[in-house]
Amino acid sequence: MTALASSARPAAAASSQARRPDLSSALPVSFRGLRRTFGTGGSAHTVLRDIDFEVERGEVLAILGPSGCGKSTLLRATAGLDAPSAGTVNIGTTPVQGIDPRCAFAFQEPRLLPWHTLQANVAIGLPKSASAKDGKAKVARLLELVGLDKFAKHRPREVSGGMAQRASLARALARNPGVLLLDEPFGALDALTRIKMQDLLLDIHAAEPTTVLLVTHDVDEALQLADRIVVLGKETGREGDGATIVRTVVVPGERPRDRGSAELARMRSSLLESLGVEGN
Amino acid sequence: MTHPGNPDLTGNSVTPTSAQGLAATGVDVTTAGAAQPPAPDQGGHTPANGWSPAGVLDKGWARLLLGLLLPAALIGAWQWSTSAGLFSVVQLPPPAMVFEAAADLIQRGELGKHVAISTQRVLIGFGLGAGLGLAFGALVGLSRVADVLLAPTIGALRAVPSLAWVPLLILWMKIGEDSKVTLIMIGAFFPVFTTVSLALRHVDRNLVEAGRAFGLKGLKLLTTVQLPAVVPSVFSGLRLALAQAWLFLVAAELIASSMGLGFLLTDSQNNGRTDRLLLAIVLLAVIGKITDALLGVAEKWAVKRWA
Repeated sequence: MTALASSARPAAAASSQARRPDLSSALPVSFRGLRRTFGTGGSAHTVLRDIDFEVERGEVLAILGPSGCGKSTLLRATAGLDAPSAGTVNIGTTPVQGIDPRCAFAFQEPRLLPWHTLQANVAIGLPKSASAKDGKAKVARLLELVGLDKFAKHRPREVSGGMAQRASLARALARNPGVLLLDEPFGALDALTRIKMQDLLLDIHAAEPTTVLLVTHDVDEALQLADRIVVLGKETGREGDGATIVRTVVVPGERPRDRGSAELARMRSSLLESLGVEGN
Repeated sequence: MTHPGNPDLTGNSVTPTSAQGLAATGVDVTTAGAAQPPAPDQGGHTPANGWSPAGVLDKGWARLLLGLLLPAALIGAWQWSTSAGLFSVVQLPPPAMVFEAAADLIQRGELGKHVAISTQRVLIGFGLGAGLGLAFGALVGLSRVADVLLAPTIGALRAVPSLAWVPLLILWMKIGEDSKVTLIMIGAFFPVFTTVSLALRHVDRNLVEAGRAFGLKGLKLLTTVQLPAVVPSVFSGLRLALAQAWLFLVAAELIASSMGLGFLLTDSQNNGRTDRLLLAIVLLAVIGKITDALLGVAEKWAVKRWA
């Protein structure tokens, strides 16, 4: 694992200088008046409201917010796993209706099929159009990209949590997605593995640039990975309503960014303040 | 084991298997944290040196021998009680007489016929019933519409005692293979239906959602995610169904047949041939156990493959 992360570093650095060589498969996403209410009548409660936002093609967008603020709901609406109560999500120029083949999802848990090998699990992500031969080659390439080529024949329970999460990432990439949706994909990992996974994600994004929507509650992770950060939360005075976008931040600097930079530290405390964490 | 479609029984048989599965996963995950993947050897409880009772109990041949202890003791007690004159020969003939009865029936070529036709009926009825049980169980377990529409009717049909079908089946299909196979089919249907429909409702939602997120739906989702996830439950349903199939076979053959082990039972009863009667019972026990063991082997393989 260590070997992979460190050996892949120079490649990532090189490609981020020649920024985003190929954006052919990346797609822009736009949210128009998105609202999601659960339940009906008296028990109805709105989770998200008035989400109007554009994500550029190839952009890495982090979605920050306190837990329960509808971050995952936003992501699920983009994937078509959940239907908004009002408004639309557009990918490219067409709206999302039902599960969208242009998206790929990596969940907080790996969610691999325990009876399949990692290889077979990654293959589940392949688009329907893929031929058997191309699919096999692609799975092999992705397993190599996430450093699991030696574990292709292992079952998920035979590998560590971080490895399973990497397989889950490879499965999402196998879809060749226009939009990659990551729902706190590193949240359940230990700190060291998380940093390695973040680096891996940057490498992957450099190798296969796609639009990335990353839900996280980790401010540092957002600052490290994203081009822009949106903060979801409740507006003061409208706490009874659902969460909406309360802040948008453009993160300066090329990736990989210096984790100790003073500018990022300032942004960090400012973002934490937006999230309702006082102090520092 | 043979209560027709007892929901408690089927419910119980689902839970422990899935609990075992969870426990096994938990253990594996913790051991897999190490840099190297754990060795695939799952059954290595036996210490490398020395003798341990648990180690011997894991050996196939030892289990077989120990399992045969009680039957051997029973035959011994049987032999002893008959030679001591505790029972008349009509009440309980000695083991040797039953053995001779078997040899006699084999010589006349009748025993093979009885066994073959009974086994054939069970296998066909079990196959059809289990297949339908799987199909309807999948439908009711996965579709809320099907659940609302079908489940009350199927539940009511399950409540009909098996033998109540016999007159109707004979009226409709006459006394032939069809009516018997149909009765066995009915017997095999319900355990599979119940276990499969219940288990499918409890498949890990996260896995199903992941499958859907990657474009799986309908039959493909069923065969890729849902059915593999319920393999242990399917097999406990199948084993119950097989036991039911043998039960219903004897019911069918007792009532109307000219061949088969059930016929051998009634025929021997009418002719006062207690030796043949015992022979039929022993054969039912042995063949029933063999078919169950074969299914058990398939289960072991399937659980290892899919769980």
